[in-house]
Amino acid sequence: MFWEHFALWVAAFLTLGIYSFLYKDNPWYKLCESIFVGISAGYWFVTLFWDNIYGKFWVGVFPTGDAQPDYWLLVGAALGLLMLLRLIPKIGWVSRWSLAFIVGATAGFYLINYFSSNVMRQVQDTVMPLFGPGFNASAYVIIGNIVVAVGTFTGLVYFFFSKEHKGAFGASAKIGIFFLMVTFGASFGYTVMSRMSLLIGRIDFLLSDWLGLIR
Amino acid sequence: MSTRVKEILVVVLVLLFSAVIYAGKVSGWMTGVSFSPAVSVLVIVALAASLIVILVMTIKGRLVGRRTVFLYVGFAVALPLFMSISQYIPTSPEVRSLYEGLESLPDGSKVLVSFDYDPPSAPELQPMAESFFRYAFDRKFKVIIMGLWPQGPLQANQAIERVMQDEKYASLGLQYGVDYCNLGFQTGNEFVIQRMGSDFRSMFPTDYSGTHYEDLPIVRNVKNFSNVDYVFNLSAGYPGTIEWVQVAVDRYGVKLGAGNTAVQAPQCYPYLRSGQLIGILGGMNGAAEFEKMTGHEAKGTKFMLSQSFSHMIVIAFIIIGNVAFFMGGRKSNLSA
Repeated sequence: MFWEHFALWVAAFLTLGIYSFLYKDNPWYKLCESIFVGISAGYWFVTLFWDNIYGKFWVGVFPTGDAQPDYWLLVGAALGLLMLLRLIPKIGWVSRWSLAFIVGATAGFYLINYFSSNVMRQVQDTVMPLFGPGFNASAYVIIGNIVVAVGTFTGLVYFFFSKEHKGAFGASAKIGIFFLMVTFGASFGYTVMSRMSLLIGRIDFLLSDWLGLIR
Repeated sequence: MSTRVKEILVVVLVLLFSAVIYAGKVSGWMTGVSFSPAVSVLVIVALAASLIVILVMTIKGRLVGRRTVFLYVGFAVALPLFMSISQYIPTSPEVRSLYEGLESLPDGSKVLVSFDYDPPSAPELQPMAESFFRYAFDRKFKVIIMGLWPQGPLQANQAIERVMQDEKYASLGLQYGVDYCNLGFQTGNEFVIQRMGSDFRSMFPTDYSGTHYEDLPIVRNVKNFSNVDYVFNLSAGYPGTIEWVQVAVDRYGVKLGAGNTAVQAPQCYPYLRSGQLIGILGGMNGAAEFEKMTGHEAKGTKFMLSQSFSHMIVIAFIIIGNVAFFMGGRKSNLSA
């Protein structure tokens, strides 16, 4: 019971400490910030050690029970150790082998995924029919399809820097900027909503869980 | 009295005041405060009137400082929590689409829920998780929980605990391992999803508490995504919805619905239009809409009033800021 009360007060102390920065930079904020950074670093170190080095590598190579050891993990561990050679400048170049493997493998993996999900499917979805046999859509949908197609095309024109932005090309680029501004505005609106949600969460904690002021 | 002494005095007074209220909560004489609808309207009018005063002051050239803005945002967020008035929440097509996707599943379907977030995103995503569990248990779905973020499965446990505090769900006699299970966290980001496409067990040999995969009746016949009817992803960043779309949906043809933080939602909307996602719950608004559709109004709905108030305050100060800017500009032109 004591620890429950204690934990609530510590959480409230830290929450108020972090928000005290809104008044001005102060020792209370600095203390809370340092605690946060320290705990985060410690948490991630422990998590990565027990999940990767122990949970994946050690248990994989030296399994218990009737499971078969996976010696391929030793290759990964060796590549990982090579990365640490960057700390020795004379033979630091060896770490490039590991980097080459990581860059190559992830590029290969992402190339397929991105091309399929973010290029093919999105291009297909941008070039939508407006009319034709068997096509039946409301005016709202058709206008929406036109807006998406024009927005995508003009947005791409804006990012085409090999040609000077003047004449009809420049006008398209300007329309592209307009679409980009609307997009950034919508994203910003969502970001404000997200930050407010976090504030609501903390204030709800202070007023409800900590002080019990809300019925 | 120096400024430093005054500041320390304010902190001490706040702590003393808080201690008194806390003592009241613990001893039971302080049972909380709730504004009646009339008082709520009065508070709203007072806030609006004070904003008009600030606008007039700004026009007269007396600008307010940033601390005043912070104070107003604080009021806008805190005061609605005490109000007993409700807000109309319209349902958006993306939330309706997610709900209809779930409705189309037969009772008792197997649903995989991936918790890809941590406590900082809980105010937005935890209400979604809780209302999803309530809905899933109502429909007798078999719920398999996992996480690509280390704290994700802990958030799932908290949500289940909270749902089980409700007598209705506690009396259902739901059994761990039969009606739901938590496979825990697995490191490896999108490669975990990739591997699950061929074999769940290779990624989750044991569940969160160490029970072997084959000893959990709920997943006995679940080898890969083809044995799961629906995937619901709650995501706050990487790895999250985008990776689930790229691997699970586009490679393995999974039916995917997502709940995202408001920051992440705009990145996921293109997948909704292309049909790669069945539906999206975007931020606290999405949570409130989902609660409304499922008939389990809870924190998401309750917080929407604060959300709307804070947005109105932000808009009001954007207007006031612009007035200050143009007034300042005009004055400088005049003086020049």
